Amino acid sequence: MTHSVVQPTPASPTPEGGHLLEVRDLHVEFRTGEGVAKVINGVSYHLDAGETLAVLGESGSGKSVTAQAIMGILDTPPAVIRSGEIRYRGRDLLSQSEEERRQVRGKEIAMIFQDALSALNPTFPVGWQIGETLRQRAGMSRGDARRRAVELMDLVKIPAAAKRLGDYPHQFSGGMRQRVMIAMALAMDPKVLIADEPTTALDVTVQAQIMDLLADLRRDLDMAMILITHDLGVVAGVADRIAVMYAGRIVEHADVRSLYRAPAHPYTKGLLESIPRMDQRGQKLSTIRGLPPNLMRIPSGCPFHPRCPYAQQVCVDVVPHDLVLGDGRTSACHFAQEVRDDSAR
Amino acid sequence: MTAPASAAKVRGETVLKVENLVKHFPISRGVVFQRQIGAVKAVDGVSFELRRGETLGIVGESGCGKSTLARLLMRLEAPTSGRATLEGRDLFKASGGELRRLRRNMQMVLQDPYTSLNPRMTVGDIIGEPFEIHPDAAPKGSRQRRVQELLDVVGLNPEHINRYPHQFSGGQRQRIGIARALALKPEVIVCDEPVSALDVSIQAQVINLLEELQDELGLSYIFIAHDLSVVRHIADRVAVMYLGRIIEIGTEDEIYERATHPYTQALLSAAPVPDPELRDDRSMIRLVGDVPSPADPPSGCHFRTRCWKAQEVCAREDPQLVPRAADPHPSACHFAELRG
Repeated sequence: MTHSVVQPTPASPTPEGGHLLEVRDLHVEFRTGEGVAKVINGVSYHLDAGETLAVLGESGSGKSVTAQAIMGILDTPPAVIRSGEIRYRGRDLLSQSEEERRQVRGKEIAMIFQDALSALNPTFPVGWQIGETLRQRAGMSRGDARRRAVELMDLVKIPAAAKRLGDYPHQFSGGMRQRVMIAMALAMDPKVLIADEPTTALDVTVQAQIMDLLADLRRDLDMAMILITHDLGVVAGVADRIAVMYAGRIVEHADVRSLYRAPAHPYTKGLLESIPRMDQRGQKLSTIRGLPPNLMRIPSGCPFHPRCPYAQQVCVDVVPHDLVLGDGRTSACHFAQEVRDDSAR
Repeated sequence: MTAPASAAKVRGETVLKVENLVKHFPISRGVVFQRQIGAVKAVDGVSFELRRGETLGIVGESGCGKSTLARLLMRLEAPTSGRATLEGRDLFKASGGELRRLRRNMQMVLQDPYTSLNPRMTVGDIIGEPFEIHPDAAPKGSRQRRVQELLDVVGLNPEHINRYPHQFSGGQRQRIGIARALALKPEVIVCDEPVSALDVSIQAQVINLLEELQDELGLSYIFIAHDLSVVRHIADRVAVMYLGRIIEIGTEDEIYERATHPYTQALLSAAPVPDPELRDDRSMIRLVGDVPSPADPPSGCHFRTRCWKAQEVCAREDPQLVPRAADPHPSACHFAELRG
């Protein structure tokens, strides 16, 4: 793991001691015909230069919506950002104009998605699509954009890149399409790459290739990465820190190794225990009882309390705040110490 | 729920036998005068046996033919050639009443709980629909009670019989799919990626349910999945498929601990392990490239184009799925050996 110092550009300096990217107390809701869904309820996390932060959560936990808010690609309406700040190099993106945000989007912070087939335009060759960004945003000539597109395709290890510029997305395999999308995201040389479930649609052997590629690119290009995923195996392979989301909140935040060694939130503990393991063959899998909450009717107090084996009356009555456990770890649980001690046993 | 009559039958005897099953989908060209210019060899000579009360896991990447195999066994596709017998009766020769009886003994649970249930039917109608086709399975007056029993068996509230699929979560819908598969008291259930669409915390609940039902009802499962840790947990034996063929088959222990085929070894090695301490494990095998097209598989061993052991003989000769010197379970590799 190489931690490198950010080279502050004069135009957008990173304030002394500040984080490269910081989400502060973000609240987002979706207003639909059936009611208001509270999708993000006070999410805070930060990302420093050169690191990989995993944001882990199940469907509906709000992990992708947070990323879309960072990118400024939330559909509003139905989404409404109620409050909060998203600071990039100290400046709040949410208070910027669309034109200012356009300067950040793609150039500073880029994003890749789960489904490359729908992220790419089926009617244009991939070389043209990669080059479009360069022509539009960097003002490159056709020839330069073309040459740069080949370089980018080489960078993401697409074999015989120059020959494949004219191919259309459907002529690529799933893994190769994912590489094309990564090449597009890298076109403007971003400092932050947000990868939203980048390997979920891929087979295991291809998933391993793409995760290796992302880790190499992050290191070689000195980017910071936010990896959004539901897969505890993928997180264990690449991330430095992890933020676990549940019902629109971050319930636990820790460096990856200590979280896997001893989770300090009952939800994280339950997730880790429900993975089938070799030594448990023939036994029942441990489960988390019940279902994730309906975001239009989030339970009182701790939103996890109806499913939690540690729940007491206080969990029904009082929303737990982040309990600091040292080493930069926090857990939003009234019994965080006890849970961690149980896990470590 | 009463155990099916078959529970009295001997555990471990062969319930389903598949011999040299082949399914080629023709590729044609031309509008008026269509001619076949090739074939997608989705399933290309698959043989295995399923024993009563066991779970046979089938793993492989997309395009390996595992779902086509499931559709063939359910007779949703007609095979190009090959044979399959369910309790000694030929699956592909049966028609009419005999086919209905056979189908009753083999049911399927599908991957996607959102599209495999009709949104306009109540849960009661969905689970009770098999009784319309097989009226002798439950007499008219007893159907509602029988459906409620089934809901109870799969852990859903029997009072929700009149609800619609959209009123249930993904995990609950998968339980509805399982209840429907159980309605006719089958011997064999083919589960095609039954937990892939579910969240981790819900996945474990459904796997536990499938295991409980197997114990209680003596069911045999064909469990198709791409998640190797899930298959390891539930399967007694495992078959690994690559480009339409089974390339290695053995007990759970033989496949996961003593695999001799390079593809199996690579597949196991590529599966992400939920333990950050093993991150820098250098023994990882990284395959290069993608799976070749099943319309134009490589000659000889289908895996040779991605295999680091490939020699000239691999292009020339099809390796047979036979016991190998390295370990006595069948493996289709000329150079089968245990990982050092």
